[in-house]
Amino acid sequence: MEIELDQLLADLQSLDHSDPSSLRASLDQIQSRVENLANVARSGPVRRPKVECQDMSSEVVDSNPYSRLMALQRMGIVENYERIRDFSIAIVGAGGVGSVAAEMLTRCGIGRLLLYDYDKVELANMNRLFFRPDQVGMTKTDAAVQTLSDINPDVVLESYTLNITTVDGFETFVSSLNNKSFCPSKEGTGVDLVLSCVDNYEARMAVNQACNELSQTWLESGVSEDAVSGHIQLLIPGETACFACAPPLVVASGIDERTLKREGVCAASLPTTMGVVAGLLVQNTLKFLLGFGQVSPYLGYNSLKDFFPTMQMKSNPQCSNVACLKRQEEYILAEPARDAAAKAKLEAEPQSVEEGPLHEDNEWNISVVDDNEPEGVDTKSSDVLPEGFTREFPSADESPSLDTSEAPVTDDDDLDALQKQLEALNSA
Amino acid sequence: MEGWDPNTKSTLTQIPLLTTKAGPRDGTAWTQRLKEEYKSLIAYTQMNKSNDNDWFRISAANPEGTRWTGKCWYVYNLLKYEFDLQFDIPVTYPSTAPELELPQLDGKTQKMYRGGKICLTVHFKPLWAKNCPRFGIAHALCLGLAPWLAAEVPILVDSGMIKHKDDAATSAES
Ligand SMILES: [Zn+2]
Repeated sequence: MEIELDQLLADLQSLDHSDPSSLRASLDQIQSRVENLANVARSGPVRRPKVECQDMSSEVVDSNPYSRLMALQRMGIVENYERIRDFSIAIVGAGGVGSVAAEMLTRCGIGRLLLYDYDKVELANMNRLFFRPDQVGMTKTDAAVQTLSDINPDVVLESYTLNITTVDGFETFVSSLNNKSFCPSKEGTGVDLVLSCVDNYEARMAVNQACNELSQTWLESGVSEDAVSGHIQLLIPGETACFACAPPLVVASGIDERTLKREGVCAASLPTTMGVVAGLLVQNTLKFLLGFGQVSPYLGYNSLKDFFPTMQMKSNPQCSNVACLKRQEEYILAEPARDAAAKAKLEAEPQSVEEGPLHEDNEWNISVVDDNEPEGVDTKSSDVLPEGFTREFPSADESPSLDTSEAPVTDDDDLDALQKQLEALNSA
Repeated sequence: MEGWDPNTKSTLTQIPLLTTKAGPRDGTAWTQRLKEEYKSLIAYTQMNKSNDNDWFRISAANPEGTRWTGKCWYVYNLLKYEFDLQFDIPVTYPSTAPELELPQLDGKTQKMYRGGKICLTVHFKPLWAKNCPRFGIAHALCLGLAPWLAAEVPILVDSGMIKHKDDAATSAES
């Protein structure tokens, strides 16, 4: 606003020398600019009042923040939009993807959001969406709560400033997911879906660990370090591949990886790629929660070629994650019950219309990858991947790849003695 | 081991490997793993000392052995540059490597994530993943931190981002 006022002053001063014939037009223009500035100053930070509990009106009036969302129901896309008020979503990582996903869900009127991050807002983040320069120095969680509660005071916000990969952080993370005070009647954990919006493998593995232990369905998202590709992935413990079942998939950028100059920088980022991935993530979250359309098991985004490869991955019976194996066992045990339920559902609606393709209005029949018959990729034979994917790194070897010695530990080795031995070396 | 210099490679092969796949939440198995970590760290430190290449000190900062602190240093142009070193053992260890932090260098180099976590080469994670659970803390230091210091300290010194402590002291006194 300061810059605009300075500019206005400069323009006023230049009026002295201007041609009298154009004076009228210049004055009109200046008057309208002053009026705009006055409006901005007057409107200031005004909080909209909370919408009465459990009352998401579908009335289309300009004072109803949910009217366009409730219209989804009127149009038959969503059966019951208002259910969104009952759902809890945990967003891990409030960076370029997580913060934008949080804003989208907040504007959609989600019931409750749990946010996790340990970082602070930096000027270097300003190439991304959501955070503002005046929030530099605040924790990302505090800054997010500030903005989100202004946008929609109806959303219950919980924020956790912690690192989920540390032992303490992880414990708090798990217990916060388990807290059911928002919706005590809910089965399972206290959240409906976990969204992983972190930027590193270690944190993804921690989310994977927590969700496998809690049998909690989650959506993983990611943007490549070169900022030109990304992905989202649905993980249902025991059913689909977990994050440890196979080395992570990456969307091939389509350019020769060896030509990438990685030296000198850790990671690049673009608000566009992150915005697209956040959009895909929240779209699939809404489909999952409100039961419309299809949730993609794995959707890649190659921005250089505007290519969106999809695939499915089965869980790996040889997964190194113990909790994953437990969930796989449960999934197999529950198979008869699942089949019976599916059969009962079919019989209950015998005359029901054959379910056609979900997008019948796809008049161009565009299908990037034929997923009518999704062949779940066998995570073991991980070398065969659909076009457009590669693995980030190889699986663990069965045998040592290096000719080295092992440090056999015998039971009579004493931890204290070993510790003292290292300390002695350290002080020598 | 494509992408590694012969020196790192030969050192690495001499560090004893570990066998127990256990993380800090695994109770007695973690204690077993800790013992292996100590054995391998002791062997690596001894080896460095006998090769006249002693370059770090590290010890557990809590009884659980989940937080480690110490120092590391690098000699450049005959001057020794020393930095605080710290890291946590992640809950998913050893599937994921510890993220090594040099807090004093936070914000001074591009090859670092926020909080002073060093940015490892593209070769580190594949090798770590391939060798889980045989690699431990000593391997992370050898494969991650040693090459990082060798690459970054000269750049940091030459660009004036860091000063030798004697220089810093003189300029502060004057
Ligand atoms: Zn698994």
